[in-house]
Amino acid sequence: MKVPILRLGRILLTSVLADLVDEQAVQLQSEILALIRDDRADGVVIDISGLDVVDSYIARLLNETASMVRIIGGEAVLTGMQPLVALTLVEMGRETLDMQTALDLEAGVAVLNNLIAAKGQPPTIAAPHVDT
Amino acid sequence: MGDRQVLRAVKVQQDIIGARQAGRDLARAAGFGMVDQTRIATAISELVRNALVYAGGGVCLISVETEERSATIRVVVSDQGPGIPDIDKAIEPGHSGGRGLGLGLSAVRNLMGCLSIESRPGRTEVTTSMTRRR
Repeated sequence: MKVPILRLGRILLTSVLADLVDEQAVQLQSEILALIRDDRADGVVIDISGLDVVDSYIARLLNETASMVRIIGGEAVLTGMQPLVALTLVEMGRETLDMQTALDLEAGVAVLNNLIAAKGQPPTIAAPHVDT
Repeated sequence: MGDRQVLRAVKVQQDIIGARQAGRDLARAAGFGMVDQTRIATAISELVRNALVYAGGGVCLISVETEERSATIRVVVSDQGPGIPDIDKAIEPGHSGGRGLGLGLSAVRNLMGCLSIESRPGRTEVTTSMTRRR
């Protein structure tokens, strides 16, 4: 079964409802990247509340996805991680998972919108003082 | 008191999910808590994936021994692949022998508290276990 990717304006939402085989996870990654690359979205919220196991492979895939999305100009936020999954990830070792997170889908959308908005603004440089 | 075991062949990606689910079910039945069930399922996922990726498949044996005051779950994943050339290095955090599975073995050791590996070309056996008071 394919993981559906929903669109909300310029944001993509995807919710992983059940365990993925590696192939499905890779497919999801490439679909997200394709949508952002084609400039059909500015960012993605990936909800993993349906996963009760995240092993190092899936963690790495999520990290990679976030990095790749950023490199091509988008933003990615991970939401809905079950507390037990968070605990195992911490125990597994440092830097197992390194990406923007939020508690749930709603908070994730807010975080993503902030990230996109912050990026859209020109860098704040003080206006040069002109001596007359 | 009671002993149970499950033997799972690992041939395709779906078997990774099947094996960790079997491990979780056995652990739950033996009275392991939710946290331990998740640790065990995650560890099985790592080991079984290694067998699939590096050896093209293998066998996962999960067994439970329950005694009056304790329960032990043991996971043995074996394969007939090329073997692990440098075991000490393979256990180092961040080591990766291939498709970016760097944290696999060190993660299992961290989650379960123990890990033993026997490996030579043609035969690799990785064992981990967890004992809890009941």
